[in-house]
Amino acid sequence: MYKLMEVCGTHTMAIARAGIRQLLPDNVKLISGPGCPVCVTDQSEIDAVLSLSERKDVIVCCYGDMLRIPGSERGDSLAKRISRGARAEIVFSPADALDIARAEPDKQVVFLGIGFETTAPGTAMAVKLAKERGIENFSLLCLLKRVEPALRALAAGPDFDIDGFLCPGHVAVITGAEAFRFIAEDLRLPAVVSGFEPEDIIRSCSMLLAQIREGRAELENQYTRAVRPFGNPLALAVMDEVLEPSDCLMRGMGIIPGGGFSLRKGYAAFDAKERFGLELKDVPEPAGCLCGQVIQGKAEPSSCPLFGRTCVPEDPVGPCMVSSEGSCAAAYKYGRN
Amino acid sequence: MEDIISLDHGSGGKKTSSLIEKLILPALGNPVLNELGDAAVLKGAEDLVFSTDSFVVSPYFFPGGDIGKLAVCGTVNDIAMQGGIPKYLSLALIIEEGLPAEDLRRVIASAAKAAEEAGVIIATGDTKVVERGKGDGIFINTAGIGFLACPGLSPKNIRPGDKVLVSGTVGDHGTAVMLARSPLLVSAELKSDCRALSALAQALYSLGPDLKVLRDPTRGGVATTLCEFAENTKNSVVLDEKSLPVRPQVRSACDILGLDPLYCANEGKLLAVVSAERAEEALALLKGTEGGEDAAVIGYVDDVHPGRVIEKTPLGTFRILTKLAGAQLPRIC
Repeated sequence: MYKLMEVCGTHTMAIARAGIRQLLPDNVKLISGPGCPVCVTDQSEIDAVLSLSERKDVIVCCYGDMLRIPGSERGDSLAKRISRGARAEIVFSPADALDIARAEPDKQVVFLGIGFETTAPGTAMAVKLAKERGIENFSLLCLLKRVEPALRALAAGPDFDIDGFLCPGHVAVITGAEAFRFIAEDLRLPAVVSGFEPEDIIRSCSMLLAQIREGRAELENQYTRAVRPFGNPLALAVMDEVLEPSDCLMRGMGIIPGGGFSLRKGYAAFDAKERFGLELKDVPEPAGCLCGQVIQGKAEPSSCPLFGRTCVPEDPVGPCMVSSEGSCAAAYKYGRN
Repeated sequence: MEDIISLDHGSGGKKTSSLIEKLILPALGNPVLNELGDAAVLKGAEDLVFSTDSFVVSPYFFPGGDIGKLAVCGTVNDIAMQGGIPKYLSLALIIEEGLPAEDLRRVIASAAKAAEEAGVIIATGDTKVVERGKGDGIFINTAGIGFLACPGLSPKNIRPGDKVLVSGTVGDHGTAVMLARSPLLVSAELKSDCRALSALAQALYSLGPDLKVLRDPTRGGVATTLCEFAENTKNSVVLDEKSLPVRPQVRSACDILGLDPLYCANEGKLLAVVSAERAEEALALLKGTEGGEDAAVIGYVDDVHPGRVIEKTPLGTFRILTKLAGAQLPRIC
């Protein structure tokens, strides 16, 4: 059996939507990795967001994905808090949150910075603009993650058993394909940076399998129409100016050294954690929920005892069931049977 | 049923069904209401078709239409989908204090034009003004009455072998409104498909009992409506993704926002299930009527996966389509 891991949540959805598993030979398996940004966000951080939303002076701004992510109390979510009177706004870009902050100067606007290197530059730019323009009622709750440390931590685990990585094309647009060379050189595994159309994914799988068959462990770029070797220099520069790598929590994986981003000293005034004195309270995973395992590719959605029974998209227990990139959401939506 | 009402309860998907079944029908249910069609059929010397709908769209002006046109077309369409020829509408306005009179004038003029085009008379109405902050500019309720011309339309008539038709491109309205909410993504090329469907529906009435059911796939989109056709029956609906008409702009916008055109609202499209023998004739009738130029046969009914909707992808693989779980939300990246 050859196990290929797609790291990106958008790949997970595309694979399920196009039914690509039905086309693969029986001895090739696609396994979803830790690439769904809201799914890897630790429960303690979700709970901190929910308690922050209760403050009357705060408007939480976030991407739509965050709205239904369940809190540790059953039935709780940002969407539920909005129904009860909290202010949270869906934005399409962090810059929209700056506009809201300017339009409502007597409110504190907190942008939830979620995602991997794909969303980090836009988030960094918003903070930079906030500083330049003196928008002091804006702050960032930085929950951004970095792909490389997450994959290294996964590969260092005792039961790691993956034969090749389908690398996230969107992240690589920013970081460059070279950011994934460590997979070939350090982990000694095949790596292919892949696009998101069904044909891209099938081609990338075929490239990975060819490497496996020929005993190669190389970095290849299938998504050449969008991904350059060294990425987007402007995006990387603004990230580097505003953010620095820091340790972070990931659901089911604990503390990942260098796995997240924090604001650099010059931008610390915009750190929502400091501004609101947010404390993370250690909370157990919901009873029976396997999201922590699913994120790492160690459990399949259908092997979770809650999947499709007590945990469904309209009443989720874990984040993988509601995020538009979640493995459980993909499995539930596009083919349980 | 949950302890508070959330926006998801209004999304037209599973949560809306649960709200209706668990909270409303237990108190108000009766044989006419329990049918839960787009409109009710009222028996009498001449059978009437009766429907009502409320419109709360934000923003109230959007590319391709506005809340006034939508409010007229929405109720006209519900009557037409139940086999009625729409005749009279009521129009009730709930206006938020501070609404510019010019905006109201435009909305009313647009409603008047839509009514004229659909051949209905706005026969009665009401106006209420609520305090600033207690509405979203303007809400409109319309109710409508039509005469029953094509009796018996119902998902219960659907049989294996039947064909599924759509009167045109899918997902235009939902995508246009979503884009109109985002200043970053405003596109002049994307317009709501908001239009009265009475002419298209009447073109199909001539098929008689070979026309099984009509529905306009509004909230929840085509996927949710097809699920309603299949659920609790021995039939499955097989949708061929390749034959589904979707504008390239809509597909691109959905890709960017993380939406699926199959779950985006339509306000000027109908789904028809027709016997296999007369499907080509039905297609020609739709294509020959204004607003039906892009009509297509998009699938068929079988009994392989009872109660389910299956989509055949362009790769030749299959996936299951389920009802919309809650409002579609734009994604992260």
